[in-house]
Amino acid sequence: MSESTKPVTAIKAPVHLEFSYTAGRASTRFLHGMAEGKILGQRCPECGKVYVPPRGSCTICAVPTEAEVEVTGKGTVTTFCIVRIPSDSLSIDPPFTCAHILLDGADLPFFALIQECPFDEVRMGMRVEAVWVPKEELGPTFESIKYFRPIDEPDAAFESYKEHL
Amino acid sequence: MAAEQGRLSATHVLEYPYRRSVGPIMGQFFTGLRDRRIAGVRTGDGSVVVPPVEYDPVTGAAVSELVDVGPLGVVTTWAWVTTPRPKHPLTRPFAWALIKLDGADTGMLHAVDVGSAEKMKTGLRVKPRWRDERVGDIRDIACFEPEGS
Repeated sequence: MSESTKPVTAIKAPVHLEFSYTAGRASTRFLHGMAEGKILGQRCPECGKVYVPPRGSCTICAVPTEAEVEVTGKGTVTTFCIVRIPSDSLSIDPPFTCAHILLDGADLPFFALIQECPFDEVRMGMRVEAVWVPKEELGPTFESIKYFRPIDEPDAAFESYKEHL
Repeated sequence: MAAEQGRLSATHVLEYPYRRSVGPIMGQFFTGLRDRRIAGVRTGDGSVVVPPVEYDPVTGAAVSELVDVGPLGVVTTWAWVTTPRPKHPLTRPFAWALIKLDGADTGMLHAVDVGSAEKMKTGLRVKPRWRDERVGDIRDIACFEPEGS
């Protein structure tokens, strides 16, 4: 006999995709850089834009990007969002803030967690820096950067990042 | 370290743990499964659609008349799965098939456990193999199997 006699009002319908990701040449360089505590990008030979992380080509000029550029872990928050919804897959409790960070010298913002700062004090133009995991824990993964934290610098002017929103 | 030193590869899992409310018509279909019944819905032109739909596919009018169908049915079309994937309903080779249950006018997609591709054919009469523990889910039917088994 059935366990329950109540009418069924909902079903579980999970979507589950398990796949193997193989990094291409540019992403492989970037990930090996992460294992050394370096952030590597690539410059487009035509428009000069610096892509971090690099994808091996410039999507605007449609040319390969081969020149490697190292950028520092310092950057500017361009946009951000406050996460308030908990999820089993999150390792930290909401509310917390994630931001698009334009690293100094890069032309593409980088999505990362902001910590060491109240979640509602993150703002556009805020200056931040990468906080790395301890040296012995560095690996070829984005997780080598734990998060970004504010630095004691005046906010960047809107004009300096308005093209990158 | 040069890129040539090592190709990097990693396993990723993307998962959305959705829970979906089923509404009054589909709800009766799922509730029926728990009690080993398969329900369809009668539409304006008199045909029976299984699994049930909430609106008449021809007129768009809301439907309300549920009818039990099956449990036996006939395979109308099928595809053989040589190597079942981890989330498939069966661990040995099987067929995905459209099964037109007796009294229905449409086919319902489900797995058919027939042993080998040679034994699978359009027109095969099949019956559901019910799970012992049923919760009101399409997986309450473990699979379909040949009528005589």
